[in-house]
Amino acid sequence: MLFCIVVPLLGAVGIRLLDKSPNIRETATIVTAVITFLLVVSLYPAVQDGEMPSLVVLDVIPGYERTQIENLSDDEALPVPVETVSGISIALEAEPLGMLFALMASFLWIVTSIYSIGYMRGHHEQNQTRFYVFFAIAISSALGVALAANGFTLFLFYEALTLSTFPLVSHAGDEKAKKGARIYLFMLLGTSVSFLLLALIWTWSITKSLDFAVDGIFGDNPDPTVTSILLVLYVFGIGKAALMPFHRWLPTAMVAPTPVSALLHAVAVVKAGVFSILKIVIYLFGIDLVAQLPIHQILAYVAAYTIIATALIALRKDNLKARLAYSTVSQLSYIVLGTLTANAWGIIGGGMHMLMHAFGKITLFFSAGAILVATHKTEISQMTGIGRKMPITMTTFFIGCVAIVGAPPTGAMWSKWALLVATANAQDMILLATLLIGSILSAAYFLPIAIRAFYPLQNESAEITEAPLPIIIALVISASGCIILFFFPNFAFDLMTKLVGTSTLKLLP
Amino acid sequence: MLSTHLSALQIIVPLVAAPLSAVFRINLLSWLLAAVAGVACCAISIAILSQVLESGVIIYALGGWAAPWGIEYRIDSANAFVLLIISIIYLISVLYAKHSVESELPPGQRTWLYTAMMLCFTGLCGITVSGDVFNVFVFLEISSLSSYILISMGRSRRCLPSALRYLFMGTMAATFFLIGIGLLYALTGTLNMADLAERLPEVTGRRSAVAAFGFIVVGLAIKIAIFPLHFWLPNAYTFAPSAVTAFLSGTATKAALYVLVRMVFSIFPADYYTEIPAVHTIFLSIGVLGAIVASVMAYFQSNVKRMFAYSSVAQIGYMAIGIGLATMTGVAATFLHLFNHALMKTALFMAIGCLVLRSGKMSIESLANIGRTMPWTASAILIGGLSLIGVPFTTGFISKWYLVNAALDIGMWWLAAAVLVGSLITAAYVWKIVEIAYFKRENPLITERSEAPLSMLLPAWALIIANLYFGVNATFTGSQAVHAANAVLGLMP
Repeated sequence: MLFCIVVPLLGAVGIRLLDKSPNIRETATIVTAVITFLLVVSLYPAVQDGEMPSLVVLDVIPGYERTQIENLSDDEALPVPVETVSGISIALEAEPLGMLFALMASFLWIVTSIYSIGYMRGHHEQNQTRFYVFFAIAISSALGVALAANGFTLFLFYEALTLSTFPLVSHAGDEKAKKGARIYLFMLLGTSVSFLLLALIWTWSITKSLDFAVDGIFGDNPDPTVTSILLVLYVFGIGKAALMPFHRWLPTAMVAPTPVSALLHAVAVVKAGVFSILKIVIYLFGIDLVAQLPIHQILAYVAAYTIIATALIALRKDNLKARLAYSTVSQLSYIVLGTLTANAWGIIGGGMHMLMHAFGKITLFFSAGAILVATHKTEISQMTGIGRKMPITMTTFFIGCVAIVGAPPTGAMWSKWALLVATANAQDMILLATLLIGSILSAAYFLPIAIRAFYPLQNESAEITEAPLPIIIALVISASGCIILFFFPNFAFDLMTKLVGTSTLKLLP
Repeated sequence: MLSTHLSALQIIVPLVAAPLSAVFRINLLSWLLAAVAGVACCAISIAILSQVLESGVIIYALGGWAAPWGIEYRIDSANAFVLLIISIIYLISVLYAKHSVESELPPGQRTWLYTAMMLCFTGLCGITVSGDVFNVFVFLEISSLSSYILISMGRSRRCLPSALRYLFMGTMAATFFLIGIGLLYALTGTLNMADLAERLPEVTGRRSAVAAFGFIVVGLAIKIAIFPLHFWLPNAYTFAPSAVTAFLSGTATKAALYVLVRMVFSIFPADYYTEIPAVHTIFLSIGVLGAIVASVMAYFQSNVKRMFAYSSVAQIGYMAIGIGLATMTGVAATFLHLFNHALMKTALFMAIGCLVLRSGKMSIESLANIGRTMPWTASAILIGGLSLIGVPFTTGFISKWYLVNAALDIGMWWLAAAVLVGSLITAAYVWKIVEIAYFKRENPLITERSEAPLSMLLPAWALIIANLYFGVNATFTGSQAVHAANAVLGLMP
């Protein structure tokens, strides 16, 4: 299990050493990605059998005994132990949710690596070695987040992910990239240090444990005020989930090269955010406890507001990547909302949407990057008619749009279905309507782009050809992923039902 | 036989080496003497620590005169831990000093620098091991006087007024401390710490006892540079030679801090605080204020060395918070941060020294592009800075974890939040440096790849690696800090 995290790091070292020969370097990237994916897959059978393979890597903070002097009047007073506090360690554990995230991240890393080869060369980017090195480190951190067995380990890798993506976001190195990367770093560090870390240590100070456990760790009758505050701190502290008002970093991080945006939006970063929220709700609080706290409903409404508000912003953006970014914020809140309905269907829907959205969004970003490489166009208004010149790119773009909207034949239909069932079960018609309106809005901001791309080209003289081959390969893989997941959603669904502990639920009634 | 005299040897070795170096006045020999003394003292302090862990408190009567008449050295797991930190930092600074001093000082002065450094080290060790308050004062003066000399050896002439200012402040501090122990002697008739702790409860409520407490705490606070008594520190650190800054930042304030913790918790009885409840509040509020105000000050500095000097003041604020919490976990957090901060700040000042060596300047602008021209120095500054912020996988994170946990343990969530806000401000100024080092392309001072010599890089990197190691595996530091806190609070035999 440890190898899942170590192999990408070794890959990073290897990539650094192969600085001088780009071809071998890129081969090394892909080989590392494939090995990592296979390692993750090798964990899958055990998890499917209901086991949770785990491993303590290292004790970090030692436990101690708290002593107290009793009988102060007595001259012979000796300290008496009153409490033993156990230590904290870096520990890994493969459980169904983490498995889903790890599978997704490691698979998409392969696809993104193929894509980056075409993109980075086609776009003549500088410092390509640095790019591949930090990409590998970021994936390693994402897998660390996925396999973390306690809140402490999760936090360590969560922060490592933030820091390792900083050089990627600031890749271009100019003033704009610097500014975007600075906002990126400070939004994420700020929320995680001031809210998430506080919440974690607070939890530890109450429960003396941060180990993820199926029914939560707060025991039978925790103080509802404290747990409510903690839930708020967690939900907002995980800035990577981009819940309003902490969503600004995502659009500003658009200065990064496209494969990095794909990493941020689909593979690792935002997914690590919603994953952490899911994980903390399920394994630190326990779904039942969250369902008892009235605050979960208010937070779900914040997520609902984020869905609608950012979808409306997305409608008004002419820059394609900016529109994609706001769409991501909107879709992430679907997952947060599902989690915070705190019922089985919400968790299932949240987990599945994490996967489905990843495939849809990565396809869209790949297409946006392909358009940029082939035509150097970034604004939507310039893209009328390019589908005639770039048929494969725009067809996959169309599939990606359908996946985000959540219409068949894409996998996202299932996750949105589960989310709708969740809100219906919670008997909250406002949330249900929000989900539907959000989907309609996403159709409104994406589909016209795909359709207009096939209008007659206005400016016939432009020399436009299809993007480089690696880009096309990656596009086809991710787009077919969207469709395959429509026909075979069951592995994800099974993993998620294991998580909520009921095998009676069926995806279709 | 030897093992019974270890605690005396710790002091005698550098104390003998110093005059030898002054007599011969050969630069290389002085350095060798300093280094050998460092190695010996490191070994001795490790032996002392393991002896304390095995068989409890070491009590050593100096010259064979038993306690009430003679001077007693008393080492428990608290000062054994501090002793280890000081010895390690001293040794690494001496190793680093060789090349750095050659580039910054004229040949005639070098031997004096090593001599003064050894004397200063002697004083600091003495402060730490002594179980007699007057003896602590004597060693405090030895270390202070030699540190004035060390600071005034800086290259720029501005080191002289800063050394003078430190001299004024330091003398005032020493006088306060002396008045305090004078009052204690008048009250109790003893200067031995253990006896003081026994007799002071009898005189609780006497005004002079409270006055003694005040004088001692303020005097030590000046030496520690607790905000707002920190004014001597930024200039002294900025203009001293690089090796001296690295050495002093990791040791001088730390030894004084240890004495403060010892005085406050072991010697004065606990009911002093029920009588003067403001003491805790004062420590907490100046700690928080110091951490935040000094961090903001650091942000606005244009001199890198001064920026990190202000950052030291801020970090001392965190340690003051631990004292103010006055719980086992709080004091443990203070001891832990004492160790961790020594590691990170010394490493940072060493890296800055490498920069000064190549660029000749200490302005922020001279950092430009060193990500390319001096990659090892730059990454040392980067990792040291991350540790200062308290990013996971560095020691700073462990310190922060202990401190925030200590605050939350007694329900002070606002304090925990303040600590975390402080670390965000730290992130702001560290990032200012990182961006210049890695993104700015032109640097007229350093135009081509010119890394600092290995003899300077290796010591800095040894500390950086220690930073990363103890950031991932804090079992040693964490349990030592808890032992130390238990010892100081009398919670452990």
